Amino acid sequence: MAETEKVFQVQKTGENIRLQLAGRLDSGSVGAIWNEAVEAADDEVVVDASEVEYCDGAGSALLCELQRRGGRIEGLRPEIAKVFELFTGEGGVQKAKKRSSDSPLEAVGRAGWEFLQDVRDQVAFLGQMTVVFLSLRGSRANRIRWNDVWLIFERAGVQALVVVGMISFLTGLIMAFQAAPPLQQFGVDIFVVNLVGLAMVRELGPIMTAIVLAGRSGSAFAAEIGTMKVNEEIDALTTMGLDPVRFLVAPRVLAGIMVTPLLIVYADLLGVAGGFVVMIARGFPVVALWQQLTGAVGVNDVLAGLIKGFVFGALVAGIGCLRGLQTKDGASAVGVSTTSSVVSAIFLIVVVDAVFAVVYYMIGF
Amino acid sequence: MSEESVIEVQDLSAGYGETVILENVNFTVKRGEIFGILGGSGCGKSTLLKHLIGLLPLRGGKVLIDGRELATAHGEERQKILRHIGVGYQSSALFGSMTLAENITLPLEEFTDLPAAAREAIAWTKLKLVSLENYGGHLPAEISGGMQKRAAIARAMALDPAVLFLDEPSAGLDPVTSAELDALILKLRDSLGVTFVIVTHELASIYAVADRVIMLDKQKKGIIAEGRPQDLRDESQDPFVRKFFHREA
Repeated sequence: MAETEKVFQVQKTGENIRLQLAGRLDSGSVGAIWNEAVEAADDEVVVDASEVEYCDGAGSALLCELQRRGGRIEGLRPEIAKVFELFTGEGGVQKAKKRSSDSPLEAVGRAGWEFLQDVRDQVAFLGQMTVVFLSLRGSRANRIRWNDVWLIFERAGVQALVVVGMISFLTGLIMAFQAAPPLQQFGVDIFVVNLVGLAMVRELGPIMTAIVLAGRSGSAFAAEIGTMKVNEEIDALTTMGLDPVRFLVAPRVLAGIMVTPLLIVYADLLGVAGGFVVMIARGFPVVALWQQLTGAVGVNDVLAGLIKGFVFGALVAGIGCLRGLQTKDGASAVGVSTTSSVVSAIFLIVVVDAVFAVVYYMIGF
Repeated sequence: MSEESVIEVQDLSAGYGETVILENVNFTVKRGEIFGILGGSGCGKSTLLKHLIGLLPLRGGKVLIDGRELATAHGEERQKILRHIGVGYQSSALFGSMTLAENITLPLEEFTDLPAAAREAIAWTKLKLVSLENYGGHLPAEISGGMQKRAAIARAMALDPAVLFLDEPSAGLDPVTSAELDALILKLRDSLGVTFVIVTHELASIYAVADRVIMLDKQKKGIIAEGRPQDLRDESQDPFVRKFFHREA
């Protein structure tokens, strides 16, 4: 490579190695000679830089690296030496320190410790929310920012109708499609209605609604509050004497508690409608389907799903807000909080649903 | 364009949408000069800077950087001009998910064929230049505001630009850190010959570093004074300029 030969040459005289640098040492030329020059400078060598005409930051970095490896820089022109000194200065040449990375054992320990801390934070946050809600009961209820509650209610509820409706309708439809043929073999395909009705009302309606809410609204809460944290707006609230939990979390959790059961009822209806569509297509009259449904699904079943809705609503909104408040500095931290809010909420929804299943079984609900 | 001018602004007209903020702005910046853009809040200093560095389209006029027009350049030509300049933002604008060293190596990765070891070494030298050589592995959130400003300058210097634009470099810094930053600017100019265009309203910094300044005015939508800061302070007859330099209400 002609340019390389022009700016770099290795001269060997007996055991002495001399690196000859010449011409322009800049980001355009340094890349081509870097590896060769650095390898040649592994031993104590003389670096003759008397022919160097120009040296920018990249050239200085090469000279620094050669010096760090034991090379002795000689013959630098005064104006170039002045630039070179800027980069070496006191303390000589050294490498930038890298972030130390954990060993696998340390990483496991750190993850375990962070998990325990997170559990502690969630319990503390639950306690904080309880205290705030208790302080807002009765005549102090007007301290809740009801305008915010209705706004969030609309965003989390009304604007979620389409997606919740579509998912529920299709779920009911798919369930009926899958269940009808095998049940027909035994002549009991009318029981598809029982399956779809009970599954939607007791389990799938609440869980699917909560998961959609976690993806739409919980993540939005985390991003919104996280951005406020990064912009020091949370600090401003605190120093103004406004409790961020009362000011930001309470309206969101309240809206979540109010809107989730309503969305669940809506999801149940659409899911059952999806199942009905399949059954009607298979030749069943609507009256027969309705009678089968009312016989299979009782008020208790609907209530069982709605009770979950109140808890899931509080959980999704609460986790979203908590992750927002836990946001660290920087734009990437908001992304981390948002992701974490969705993952944590879905995980907790499943755990809490399992607890509900056991409790309902034990009390015969 | 005269030989010693590195930036030439001709009849620049600037603004957002229908709003005109600056009209018929003309000035030149000489190579190796530290040039200040001053003015009260809302007079268009930062807007002018955004037009100079090509972030906003011009309403009229021309900005020539080393004789080349950024506004009309595209593709490779635009990249060449952008490599010729570096910008330090008011908020530092370091990438929060990257360490300081990674912030500096990013433009080197994108615009050069340097091997990884060379990029790392260059990052270190740039950090050394701004006395942050021990913080290469830190994230921006883990260092102070003053250190972030210096790191932002190191990143802006990654490709050895001929011109550095700095937006409010001293904003929010304590006097000692601010003075250190001023010293760094002078060091970079004196040693590397870098030309600086600095938008600021910090008088102490202006006196410490600026060779020449222009002052913008919101009402007149343009330059109301130009010269050495000490001369403007002592000799200007313009009431706003006098108020600005004498800190009068």
